[in-house]
Order: sequence, then structure tokens, then C-alpha cells
Amino acid sequence: MKNILIKNARIIDPKNNFDETTDLYIRDQKVAAVGSAPEKFTADEVIDASNLWLIPGIVDISARLREPGLEQKANIETETLAAASAGITTLCVPPDTDPVIDEPAVVELILRKAKLAKKTHVYTMGALTAGLKGEHLSEMASLKRAGCVGVSNARNAINNPLILRRAFEYASTHNITVFIEAQDEHLSENGCAHEGAIASRLGLNAIPYAAETAPIAQILEMIRDTDIRIHFGRLSCARSIELINDAKANGLKVTADVAAHQLHLTDMDISSFNSLYHVIPPLRSQRDMNALRHGLAEGIINCICSDHQPHEPDAKLAPYPATEPGISSIETLLPLTLKLVENGSLELNTAIASLTCNPAKILGLNAGHLSVGQFANLCLIDPQKEWVFSIDEMLSHGKNTPFSGWNFKGKVIQTIIKGNTVFKK
Amino acid sequence: MVNKPTRRTDDIIGKDLWNIQLDEQGRLKHFLTIEGLGTNILNQILDTAESFAGVNESVKKVPLLRGKTIVNLFFEASTRTRTTFELAAKRLSADVLNMNISASATSKGETLLDTLRNLEAMQTDMFVVRHADSGTAHFIANHVAPHIRVLNAGDGRHAHPTQAMLDMFTIRRNKGADFGKLRVAIVGDIMHSRVARSQIHALNTLNTGEVRVVGPKTLIPKDIESMGVSVFHDLENGIKDADVVIMLRLQKERMTGASLPSEQEYYQLYGLTEERFKLAKPDAIVMHPGPINRGVEIESSVADGDHSVILDQVTYGIAVRMAVMSMTLGGNIKMQDQEKKQ
Repeated sequence: MKNILIKNARIIDPKNNFDETTDLYIRDQKVAAVGSAPEKFTADEVIDASNLWLIPGIVDISARLREPGLEQKANIETETLAAASAGITTLCVPPDTDPVIDEPAVVELILRKAKLAKKTHVYTMGALTAGLKGEHLSEMASLKRAGCVGVSNARNAINNPLILRRAFEYASTHNITVFIEAQDEHLSENGCAHEGAIASRLGLNAIPYAAETAPIAQILEMIRDTDIRIHFGRLSCARSIELINDAKANGLKVTADVAAHQLHLTDMDISSFNSLYHVIPPLRSQRDMNALRHGLAEGIINCICSDHQPHEPDAKLAPYPATEPGISSIETLLPLTLKLVENGSLELNTAIASLTCNPAKILGLNAGHLSVGQFANLCLIDPQKEWVFSIDEMLSHGKNTPFSGWNFKGKVIQTIIKGNTVFKK
Repeated sequence: MVNKPTRRTDDIIGKDLWNIQLDEQGRLKHFLTIEGLGTNILNQILDTAESFAGVNESVKKVPLLRGKTIVNLFFEASTRTRTTFELAAKRLSADVLNMNISASATSKGETLLDTLRNLEAMQTDMFVVRHADSGTAHFIANHVAPHIRVLNAGDGRHAHPTQAMLDMFTIRRNKGADFGKLRVAIVGDIMHSRVARSQIHALNTLNTGEVRVVGPKTLIPKDIESMGVSVFHDLENGIKDADVVIMLRLQKERMTGASLPSEQEYYQLYGLTEERFKLAKPDAIVMHPGPINRGVEIESSVADGDHSVILDQVTYGIAVRMAVMSMTLGGNIKMQDQEKKQ
């Protein structure tokens, strides 16, 4: 067990309101001290972190690793390495694997594979209903015991509001957070683009705002008198932020996240039928994108996630409506977030909090901060490094990204998980 | 680590997607959509079609595309459009291969690409493509071998540019080349119509005075005004003083869904009757891309009346498709140039 001294780093730890250039000591896989050396500490390894930032390891609230069931797209080994290279030390997979995460055996399979890979820590989200079919409640208590950090029906619809209400009550009974990706299946009617001028011009089936906002409003009304935590993931509409802000003001235990690409892209980007921009929820208007940025800066949206969805090339090699939605985005989560800091739409402290302690808190994990005694999960960033993102250097098995060729400033150069270096540039 | 080398992003999305229609000299290479093409190209298509209109009446056949192979690649059923493309190709002396591929056999993009690769291997020169997904013609143009030309014969709700150009040809023959003084009303199911979208682009590129779309809110796509049209929800106001009234076909399936209550109510409100047609200008023409639903969108006496140019549209369709085929495949040769050479 190595003792590590990281010298002269600008340590940014939003949970502890800490932002100073100093030293950090790691002993027995844990943070032993910040500032001055703990007693009897002799370093086996000294990392000179002058001019570097040291932040808590990033926590990604939604990343699909495609295993089990969709290994032609990616697998746990490739994707946890890609995550580690991007500074992500903890991630959570949604339940829509094949088989679905609706029984403990699937949870165990994923956790075992992740443990073997020895990279980023993986947590699972359990299914809210059996098989994600929206008909019967899943065995939530068992799933929680097996290690699930929450329950979700992913993008699968629950068309009967009574079942949804019962699912909320049951989750609440067991003190489990419910994660919602709001999209009404009828209102979105096989849509693949934001309802507006672009979709009208291209003749693409459109997804109206109401497909997202109507279910959010319905759920918020439904939970008024239940003591339950709901997290709304992957918001895309300005109006959704207003709804969630009102709910928070009314004392509901509601949190929200946004995918990093929604903070940089709009429906203008699909105007040449470029399937790499095909995502669900769809890229919306400039006004919505600005509102999402504002909601994040104001703390109405609590965290940013990658919404990582790696695909095999063929999944995107078809006419736009026939392609599978999603971006292989785990390696652009931090760069896209830092870009918001660079262009002045987000404070650095808020940005780091949105990637670390905030998502950790929503997942109920003691992670995303650098308090003494914590496992040393952290990453070192060269904030001045200017670089060009390229699919040629991507580690994810999915190369479906529209960000190849984008210029970024700030790059992860080392990732440490439980005191072990899992990635080094 | 199993990171296999994969294709570059450019291979997935293609190059500059709108300009793939033009070559380096700005000449028409593929014909995928009216959008992005200038007035000069549209006029060139109309002028070239004019020179071919005579061919259809007297000569019947010219050797412009002798030795070329054109594949009609239809993933959606169509008799009329396919036939006119076939006739156009044959009158240009090209060899024609008709492929009707049911959509179910090619629900995956992989198969669509495989189909293309197979046809390319047969030394073909042009694909005429119809497909139910918007953007298919662009996708194919981005993935075919460089020497192959692609004509869009209708992709989803997106575009049907040869239909729009034959409509422009019909308007020009009847109303003259100055579109600036014309008021054109397009009536019916704009939402699901690729024809309407291409007509709107063509009319606006040719500087039409006013373009109107008319229909209930359930059949008008959101923010359609941004394409340069004014929106009307009642037929009387929509066709008032119009020079050209274009009626769109109402698909049967729209009448049973949530878009419309019934055929009867649609006809009551949006059917073009003789009485209503009097609101348009006295010399107005009536157009329809066909096939017509008599008594649903148009009264028989109007469809068959003196103001109807619906059958002209079909005839002109061949000349316009000959024009586009010869421009994309045979260079910019007009019929007159051919005659001089002979």
C-alpha cells in the first residue's frame, strides 16, 4: 500500500468549500491529510502537481456500458477504462441492459465484471418495474440490498398512472430514490427531433415540449403528499426547469440533471441529417440550451452527466430517423463542462460540484469529496492544456461523437482510485 | 483491450451535406432537395425540360444517356412516379433496372448500405431513390461511389424535388416565367407532405409573390412560417385571389387517426368545390400531385374542369425528369445542342 504525496496542487473540493494550492497525502488508499503531513508519513511516491488542479473523482449519474446484452456496442472493461481516462471514478448504469437490472443476479454480474476491470467504480440503477414493462413493481428492496443506488424505468413508459403512484409509494417505503427520464411515449410518437422549424423543414417526426413537461408536471402533482425523493434526469426544455424550481420552492425532494451535450448543441445541428446529433431527448432550441445553462448556474439543475451511449458504427449508418439515438460521451463530460467555465456561463466551483459532490449526494454515495479519511478517488487536471478531441484517440468502444475536432482547454492527466493510479497520460 | 479500428466520423456522416448536390463547378451532381439550390439551377432545369418537351411529342427518343444504367430503387410502393422516371430514362436511351424492395427487408441501415454496394458492383450510373425515411437520399448520396448520381424520388416527409420542379414547369407554362406576381396556395396535409415542402422551397427560390399553406392545425407543421409561407386555417381566405391552387392528396390513414375526425368534415371545410374555387382569380389554375381522392379534397368537376392542369403535370413530369437526369449524368446538354451536333 503506497503512501503518496501530491505536492503543490490547486485542490478544488466544493463539498468542503476548499480551494487552495497545497499538498495532499494518501495513505492506506485514503486521504490522510491536506496541507501539512500527517504523523509518521513517508512518501513512497511524490507527484509534483505544480500548476495542476486536483479535484475529487467525477461521479457520472448515467453512463451505459452496454454489458450485459449489447456487447457489440461496448463492454464494461473498455468503458470503465474510458471513464477513468476522463477523470470519472464513479459511475452509475441505468437498468436497461439485456437482461434488465430487475433482479439481484444481474446486479452481481455487472459489479463482478467491474471489479475485475479494476478501473472506475460502477454502481447500478435497478428497474422500477419488472422487465421495465411498466406493469408490475420490481423487487426494489432486494435490488437495494444487492447494491442498487436507486430505481428507474429508464426510457420505458409507464402508461398507467396508478402503477407509477404505487411504485413511488413502494420506493418511498424503502427509502429509495426514483430516477425519472421524462418522455411521454404517445406525445413523442416515434419522434426523432425537436418540434420546431428544423424538424418541420426536414420532415422529421417531431417531439414537442409537452412530451417532457407533461409527465414532469403529472409526477410532481402525484408526489405532493408522499415523502419521496425524485430525480429528473436528462432535462431538455426550459419549461422543465421552471417546473422543478417551483417544486423545490414548495419543499418537494426533487433534484435534476442535464447531459453535457445538451449544454452545447441545439436542433440547428441536425439540419443536415447528421445522425451523430440524434439524441433522446432531442436537441432543442438555443433558448432551451441557454435556460439549461442558467438552471445549472442557479443550482436548479444539480448535476451534469455524460448520458454515455456508445454504439457500433452501423447503429448510426442509416437514414437519420432509422439510426439509434445517443452519443458516446463519457470522454467529453469534463471537457464540455470546463468549456462552460471558460466561456463564462458557469463558475468553476459550481462546475466541479455538478460533477462530484452533487451527483454523489443524489446517488446517496459518500463520494465526490476529499475529506480526510475518504478513499482517495481523485484526478489531476492540467488546466492550461489546449487540445483537440479526436475519435482516433478515444478509448470508448463507441466512436459515435459529434465532438471530434472540437478544441478544449484543460485535460485529465492522471486518475487515482483508492490510491492506485488507474490512468496516467 | 479490444479497441478495433473503426470508421472515421466523416465516413459516418458524410461531407458537407447540402452542397453534395453540386460539383466543384457549381453544376448539379445529385438532385436531393430544392433547398440550397439557386434560381439559376432551377431555371436551368426548367429550360432544359422545355427543350425536352418537344422530344416527347415528336421524336420520342434521344441518345443522350446511351450506355448508362439507371436503377429505380423504390423502397416504397409507387406506380406513377416510377413509371415516369422509367419513361424519362428510356427516352434518353438509358438502360433501366427497376428494384422494388419492401421496407421490411431493409429495416436496418446495414442492409440498405449492402443493397447499395451490390448495385454499385453492377456498374450502374444513377440511383433514383424513394424511401419512407426522411434523409434517405442524402444518406445514399453520401455513401455511393463518386461516379454514381442520386435522384430523390421522395424521402419520408422531407422532399420530392422532381415533383416540385414539374409543378414549377406547369406553373411557368400557364402563368409565364415571372413568379413574382403570383399568389400560390397549397391546400391540405402539409404536415406529412414531402411534395409541399419541396414546392415551398421551389416557389420561394423562384421569388413567388406569396406562398400560402392552408389546412387545420393538425396538418400544419410547427413554425412552418420560417420556410417563407403564410398560414391559413380556412379555405375561403386561403385561396382568395390566388393564381394557383395546389391541392394535396389526403392519405386515407390520416382520416382515421387523431388528425381529422372524418372525410365528410374534411370535405366540408377543405374540399375544393366549384363554388369555393370562384374565390380564386378568374384565370386561376388548379393543380394536384395525384392520385386524386375525388370528393375528399377536390370536387370532380373542378379536377376535370377548364382550370385544371392536373394531366399536364403528369405529361411534364417526363420532360422535367429527363432534364434532371441529363443534367446530373450527361453534363449540361440541351436538346438544341444535340440537334446541332447531329
